Amino acid sequence: MTQNKISRRDFIVRCTKAGFSAAAAAALAGWLYESDPAKLSVQFDNIVDVMNYSTPSVAGKTMSIVIGPGRQTTVTKAVELLGGMERFVKPGENVLLKPNVGFAMPPRVCATTHPDLIAQVTKLCYQAGAKKVFIADNPINDPKSCFELTQIASAAQKNGAEILLPRQDYFKPITLKGAELITNWQILYEPLKKVDKVIGLAIVKDHKRSIASMSMKNWYGMLGGNRSIFHQDIDKIIVELAMLIKPTLVILDGTQVMVSNGPTGGSESDLKQANTMIASCDQVAADSFGASLLDLKPQDLPYLVKAEKLGLGTTDYQSLKPLYAQVTGAG
Amino acid sequence: MKLTTARRISQVFFFALFIWLCAVTTVGEKFWQQRGWSVNFFLNLDPLGAIGTVLSTHKLYAPLLWSLITIILTILIGRFFCGLVCPFGALHQFVSHFAHGKKTAKLISLHKYHKAQNIKYYILIILLVIAGLGGSSSLMIGLLDPIPLFTRSVNLLILPIIGTSTKITAINRFYQTSLLTLTVFLTFVLLNFYKPRFFCLFICPLGALFGLINRFAILRINRNLSNCTNCKLCNSHCQGSCEPAETIKLSECLVCFNCLDDCKDNAVDFNTAKSETIQVSPDLSRRGFIAAAFTGLLTLPALRLAGASYKDSNLIRPPGALPENEFIKRCLKCGQCMRLCPTNVIQPAGLEAGLENLWTPVMNNRIGSSGCQLNCVACGYICPTAAIRPLTLAEKLGKGDFGTKGPVKIGTAFVDRSKCLPWAYGIPCLVCQENCPVSPKAIYTQPDDDKTLLRPYVDPQRCIGCGICQHECPVGSKGAIIVTPDGQSRENKFFL
Repeated sequence: MTQNKISRRDFIVRCTKAGFSAAAAAALAGWLYESDPAKLSVQFDNIVDVMNYSTPSVAGKTMSIVIGPGRQTTVTKAVELLGGMERFVKPGENVLLKPNVGFAMPPRVCATTHPDLIAQVTKLCYQAGAKKVFIADNPINDPKSCFELTQIASAAQKNGAEILLPRQDYFKPITLKGAELITNWQILYEPLKKVDKVIGLAIVKDHKRSIASMSMKNWYGMLGGNRSIFHQDIDKIIVELAMLIKPTLVILDGTQVMVSNGPTGGSESDLKQANTMIASCDQVAADSFGASLLDLKPQDLPYLVKAEKLGLGTTDYQSLKPLYAQVTGAG
Repeated sequence: MKLTTARRISQVFFFALFIWLCAVTTVGEKFWQQRGWSVNFFLNLDPLGAIGTVLSTHKLYAPLLWSLITIILTILIGRFFCGLVCPFGALHQFVSHFAHGKKTAKLISLHKYHKAQNIKYYILIILLVIAGLGGSSSLMIGLLDPIPLFTRSVNLLILPIIGTSTKITAINRFYQTSLLTLTVFLTFVLLNFYKPRFFCLFICPLGALFGLINRFAILRINRNLSNCTNCKLCNSHCQGSCEPAETIKLSECLVCFNCLDDCKDNAVDFNTAKSETIQVSPDLSRRGFIAAAFTGLLTLPALRLAGASYKDSNLIRPPGALPENEFIKRCLKCGQCMRLCPTNVIQPAGLEAGLENLWTPVMNNRIGSSGCQLNCVACGYICPTAAIRPLTLAEKLGKGDFGTKGPVKIGTAFVDRSKCLPWAYGIPCLVCQENCPVSPKAIYTQPDDDKTLLRPYVDPQRCIGCGICQHECPVGSKGAIIVTPDGQSRENKFFL
């Protein structure tokens, strides 16, 4: 075999190219070199303090209780007693409504906030001059099905409110100052960021683990991730959520109360007609009164006691001198 | 207009229609959701699904009657479906066009007839024998039938990828056999680089069926020998590799009309003339036929020797699924139920219960947004072969006329006391009890011995196996409350 020998010139060219390639590889390795392995420590990013949406308090107008069979008339009256929606929503502001949309069930079983209530509160917000009303929740069942089957989607559409489905990119890990559980935890943050005012729209339901699900438990729907783990210390997570979000107003619907089989219910036999609508700037007080609709005392609910100790509200709702009224309209 | 232009328009139209119909297969009432769209259009036109289920069940499920149109048109004008309609074929043609250059000599050799093209006929025979075995038959045709195959690939692969990457859909979709789906889809697409329309020529059992019934076609490709200069150009873009320049193999002709375009001497035409150089029937031998039939006879019993039962592999079928032996005779593995399911809980089965169950629908409660929703019956209404029977809500929930029968049970939940937080560690939890959607709840609680802690129990009489508890259970892996197919309505109940 005879082979052509490489020329001196070609040999030098080849050596130069090989040399540069080797040098480039070495340089890249040096640039990317990491002497310490990555640390395991968890980064606590996005440390937040309370997200405060409340408005200045007005003496004697903190809480109202209206008796009547129709949600639209009772809620209108309840808000009117506190000074009307104009007190809470200023023209041009964006408002977030946080109903309980937890389950894909029809409105008649009252496992979710009633669409009539959503419709009426949306109307009140727009009448007060709101720029845009948003509705958000992170339901337990399939989100889209929940919004549709509960008829909250159609109520929102008819009245010009926009539903914000819990998209993955709406969540953000949050660490709440002084919290033990809300550390680096996914919160439905984007809707909260969008708005100036936040109104909670909760219902009164029997709940095995927390005993009763009302205004405070309703904020559980702002949690993302594997939030089921918080059932191990449900009172603490409810209190921490109240530390995180200070709402403008909570409306607690006790028109039909779920007294058994909660919080899913599923049958009309699980409901009791109580014809009560509560509006309150103090959610601890609202829930303390709401407890009575389930024949409970505030002291039966550990999260109310804890919340009061932390100054998040009062369980002695009578001290707020709630305004009472009775309306008859069925609407 | 040239026939090839018409063909291209037709292919683009049907391809776009196919993708559109897959995309709108989501629950909802908007125009881009499943309102009145006939989303099973292509599956209904596919005669292989119809013939397969007729062989396995001896009945023709109503919507599959549409496939008669395809059969009759094929008898009259040949394999128009392959050339003009089939979206999978259109994809292969496009990829082949991209994959190979424009050099005529190379193209002519690339489009030569290969005698292995008869393999697809043997594949068809094997699959039809498996479907028609009698008592123990199985509809495995969907594994390779191009319409279910492409439907599945778009539903379980392409659309979820598009949805996730563009954020069009609010909630991301997941499908557990993505690796297998990708491998099969990509393999068939990339084989076009080796030989144009590889899948159509060598694999496609639907094309094979058309190749068997187009022999009396009234309109055919014919070469007029008196005009022909024997330049062989008509072979250069022949999609079926049926060699119009030699003795044209009618059974392989996809009616792509490329040969009409390539002929410079006006010798090739699509007409009723009597051709001198035509081979009507495919290259099938009697020996090959017997071998294929024998293979088919052997395959299913051999697969079943593995002893994998759907139940022991924990394949939980969606509500309304027929009894397992009937179900497996009808399921096309098209993935329509998995695409439509609003909670994404219906998943394609992998190989855990053997090839026979691959891509059949099963419930994986740990995937998706929330188990099987109580007030939903979507899957039964989309199933093209009624392997999942359409249920009314009253029948599913056991209300009204169905009050005495009770609700449809998918399976039964079991508390794994070695993992359940209250049972194993004395930590309070009860997420499962809270989320149980039936009234009265199928999960009830009792205090522990010290009366300080409530523990969950399942009442098997009330549990419907919806899996919402398993979805919400905070314990990792499979969770501490696990649904199995035991006690399902479609089986005789010997316990529970």
